[in-house]
Amino acid sequence: MTSHLSAESSTSKTFFGFWVYLMTDCILFATLFATYAVLRHNTFGGPGGQELFSLPFVLAETLILLTSSFTSGLGTIAARSFNKKQTLIWFGITFALGAAFLALELNEFHHLASEGNSWQVSGFLSAFFTLVGTHGLHITSGLIWMAILLVYVVRRGLDATISKRLSLLGMFWHFLDIVWIFIFTIVYLMGALGA
Amino acid sequence: MNRLISAAQNKPLLSYVTGFVLSLALTLESYYLVVNHVFSTSLLIGSILLLAVVQLCVQLVFFLDLDKEARPRWNLVMLSFAVLVVLIIVLGSLWIMYHLDYSMNPTQTNTYILQDEGIQQ
Repeated sequence: MTSHLSAESSTSKTFFGFWVYLMTDCILFATLFATYAVLRHNTFGGPGGQELFSLPFVLAETLILLTSSFTSGLGTIAARSFNKKQTLIWFGITFALGAAFLALELNEFHHLASEGNSWQVSGFLSAFFTLVGTHGLHITSGLIWMAILLVYVVRRGLDATISKRLSLLGMFWHFLDIVWIFIFTIVYLMGALGA
Repeated sequence: MNRLISAAQNKPLLSYVTGFVLSLALTLESYYLVVNHVFSTSLLIGSILLLAVVQLCVQLVFFLDLDKEARPRWNLVMLSFAVLVVLIIVLGSLWIMYHLDYSMNPTQTNTYILQDEGIQQ
C-alpha cells in the first residue's frame, strides 16, 4: 500500500518538476522575445521582415509542427496504455514531422545567410537568429531525446519508466509548439506587416 | 463504425482531436487575416495576438490538460507566476528601451523633445 502511494506521488512529483523546468524555459524565451521586440526595426539599412519572410513557407512549417504536437499527444496516450506498436507509430510520425520542420528551418537560415543576411549584419537579424535558432535547438534536442526513447522501446519494450519519460517528452514537445505559435505571430506575421 | 464510436468515447483522444482542430482553425485564421490585410495594421496586430493567446489556452487545456489538475493546482500557480515574470520582462524592456530611444536619439531630441517639453528656443 505505501509503496503504491509513493510510486504515484513520485510520478506526480516528476511531472511537476518537469513543468517547473518548462516554466523557466518559458522565461528564457521571453527574454529572447523582449530582445527581438526591441531590435526588430534595427535593420542597419538592410532588408527587414517584410522583405525577408515568406509567409506560405512559414505557414507550412507551422502546420507541420502543430501536426507533430498532435501526433505526440496520440503517442503519449499510447505510451500510457502501454501499447508498444501505437507508441512507435505515433512518435515515429512525430519524429518525421519534427525533422521536416527542422529541415525547412535550416533551409531558411541557409538561404538568409548565403544571401548576405546573416546574424552578424544587424541587430534585427541577430535577434531573429537567436530567438528562432534557440527554438530550433530545442527542437533538435527533442528529436535526439525522441530517437533515444524510441530505440529503448524497440529494444527493451515499453515499461512504466519509459512510459513516464515519453509523457515528459510529450509535454516538452507541446511546449515547443506553444512557443512557435508566438514566434509565428510576433516574428513572422507581425514582421510581414512591418510592425 | 464501432471503432469510431469507441474512439469518440476515448476522452484523452477526443481532447487531442478537438485541440488540434481548434489550433488549426486559429492558425489559418491568423494567416488569412494577415495575408489579405483584412483590418488596419494596428487592429490586425491586436487580432493576431489575441488569436495567439486563445490558441495558447486551447493547447494548455486540450494538449497539456491544465484544467484537469486536481487541487491544489500547483501547475497553474507556476504558470501564472511565469506569465507574470514574462509580462514584466517583455513590457518592461519595451518601455525602457522606447524611453531610452526617445531621450538619447539626437535627431528626436531636437524634433520631439523641444515640442513635448515645451522648451522655447
